[in-house]
Amino acid sequence: MTNSPEPEAPVPTTPSEPDPASRPTEADRPAAVALPAEAPQGTEAAQTDEPATFDRIVESRSESRLVLAEGVWHQISPRYVWVQLLSSGIVLALVVAATLVLALAFGQVWAYIPGGIFTVIMVWTLAILPRQARAIGYRLREDDLVFRRGILWQRFVAVPYGRMQLVDITHGPLDRAFGIAQLKFVTAAAATGVTIPGLPQATADTLRDHLVEVAESRRTGL
Amino acid sequence: MTAPDPNDGPGGAPSAGPGAPPPALVRSPLSDGEWHRLHPLTPLLRGGLFLLVVIGIVVANLRDRLIAIFFPWSGEDGVDVDMQGDPVDFVIDNNLYLVALLIVVGVLAVLVGGFYLSWRFHTFRITDDDVEVRSGILFRTQRRAPLDRVQGVNLTRPMIARLLGMAKLEVIGAGAGGNVRLEYLSTENSEAVRADILRLASGQRLAEESARREAAGSRVAALGQTVSRGLTGLVEGDEAPVAEPESVVDIPVARLILSHVVSTTTVMLILGVVAVAVGAARGTPWLLFAIVPGLIGVGAYWVRSIIRSLRYSIAPTPDGVRITFGLLTTITETVPPGRIHAVEITQPILWRPFGWWAIRINRLSGRNAADTSADQFTTALPVGTAADVERVLRLLQPGVPADEWGMIVTQGMVGPGRRPAPVGEDDAEATDAAADGFRTSPRRAWPLRPLSWRRNGFRVTPDLLLLRRGFIWRRLAIVPLARLQSIGIDQGPLDRALRVAGLRAHIVSGPVYASLGAIDRDDAVAAFDDIAHAAVAAAGDDRSHRWAEYLEAPVDPESGS
Repeated sequence: MTNSPEPEAPVPTTPSEPDPASRPTEADRPAAVALPAEAPQGTEAAQTDEPATFDRIVESRSESRLVLAEGVWHQISPRYVWVQLLSSGIVLALVVAATLVLALAFGQVWAYIPGGIFTVIMVWTLAILPRQARAIGYRLREDDLVFRRGILWQRFVAVPYGRMQLVDITHGPLDRAFGIAQLKFVTAAAATGVTIPGLPQATADTLRDHLVEVAESRRTGL
Repeated sequence: MTAPDPNDGPGGAPSAGPGAPPPALVRSPLSDGEWHRLHPLTPLLRGGLFLLVVIGIVVANLRDRLIAIFFPWSGEDGVDVDMQGDPVDFVIDNNLYLVALLIVVGVLAVLVGGFYLSWRFHTFRITDDDVEVRSGILFRTQRRAPLDRVQGVNLTRPMIARLLGMAKLEVIGAGAGGNVRLEYLSTENSEAVRADILRLASGQRLAEESARREAAGSRVAALGQTVSRGLTGLVEGDEAPVAEPESVVDIPVARLILSHVVSTTTVMLILGVVAVAVGAARGTPWLLFAIVPGLIGVGAYWVRSIIRSLRYSIAPTPDGVRITFGLLTTITETVPPGRIHAVEITQPILWRPFGWWAIRINRLSGRNAADTSADQFTTALPVGTAADVERVLRLLQPGVPADEWGMIVTQGMVGPGRRPAPVGEDDAEATDAAADGFRTSPRRAWPLRPLSWRRNGFRVTPDLLLLRRGFIWRRLAIVPLARLQSIGIDQGPLDRALRVAGLRAHIVSGPVYASLGAIDRDDAVAAFDDIAHAAVAAAGDDRSHRWAEYLEAPVDPESGS
């Protein structure tokens, strides 16, 4: 796969057209959703109690990209990137070490081939990860939750609240250390696949309670 | 055969069990809210396989000895050597006949006792809220299926059970592996219990009304109830199991067989045979032997699938669509309204000259994906003409307005009319698409759908989402919006270059894949919003989890949340 349609800069500093839809302001936020206030942007918020989230959706610059109507995209915490970099970095370091040991100490030259392929894929994944994380967003509409992700391969999903079968919150040890959690919205269809990673923990809890409450009031059959 | 029913007498005691279903609604003595046992012959059928295996192992191990006993003149040599260490020898040598006999008797007694106890402890009851099954001697399990989540009731009659007049009843729940099985019941009991379960599931309000009447009533009321029950029985024909509802579709056996012969499998087989023949002619004649297993395999597959589809019938009942099929193992399925999550009408290219179609459905079967019998429950029509398809569709989607059917059959199945598309810009397509009724792929999407871009399209009605695709293998997927779980759009780099996008309806898993690629990007975004709103509205109006109430009180159109 290639990355050609995407601009090479990790974060486009001069967006061609500032999209009002992706600039969250406190006034635009739906009143029904009492998500915890986020720390002010621009500061070194990653070390405060309540981490800031990304504040702008990164998407393709093509005119033909998928764009939804006006609205606020809630985004995930930058700490998600750090957690992913850290956990994948550990795996990568182990693989590189194993490859080097096999190749240098035991003379198994073939180990370079799988090790090299794996390393290239991992490095590539890690390189595009920060941009991917900025493309993840969700929006709480009147009757449904809209979830988006992907830049090159864009994907939007709208799930009516009443279709919720359960909400799953998971956080591993690294997630806990960084204070983030992953929220999974499960419906009767496996294809729905709405998994929001890297939510600040308090946001995840609030969002879960909110979703359960809203789903209860709009309960439908299967 | 079961515990005596305390309230089977006329007039029925008002309180039978905790949450006993009102007697007005049930016809079988088994569905009175009390615990009942299954048919006494159940252990025989359930343990039969196990016993056969054991006997098979014993016989296989003692084969030489049995031959030596019954045919002493054959195979004298070597027999003694073979049987050293045989337990039978050991018994004979040490004169332990009594001990051996005791052990055999003991094992048999334990087996019989175990079977008996497991039958004793395997009980079920049907209340007005759920169906419950308790089983297990040491490890008790209890399983409940709430009636308003019942996805269907199956009646399976395997060959041997049918000879004994018994049947398996399976109440299909929503979760994977969440089915409640009552195996085995006698045929008439199972028919009556099935009707009761469906009737109870169909409307809680009916039940409540009767319960209220019952609570207020005295002996007079009870008497009145008995009379009205009898009258209802007279009017409704007492749900006689012999009166099979008339099938709306009749599949001639010849068509069924031919439809299997004219299939992709056959083409593959012919290609394979030709390849082998060429190979054999080129000087490797042993290749010919490769044909035999292939022929046997395909033949077995044909016979199996034909036998499974024989005696097919589909009929409307008050409690849903009833589909029956199978020659040896007869399976009768009743699918209540609103339990079908998607319908797909397909036509392989080989069937096109005959004008045949097949219908498959997605539903919650409550089975694990590994279950081999799962595939049987997804075919609503194995093969049929366009008229058959329309009749079956009317059963499967009863809520669709009448004028929509013409559109589905003419435009949806056969595809856009054969008018010559004007060669030109996109505006010409727009008028074309309007006449079609489906929003089709734009002309510029032809690199993605070289053959089918004219046909590839979707249509949203207040109740349904129709996805039409496939030029060679025609497919039309129909998704009721009230069953839609979520909707997604996606766009890859190639799509973006052509300014198109993909649309995917997320439904419960099954053979129907409700997805459509290469539609115009603006159409896709608009459809994404439309469908999301329509799905919420449709789900809000949907009352089919208690379908009898729904039929009684036609909903006002704008009652959604």
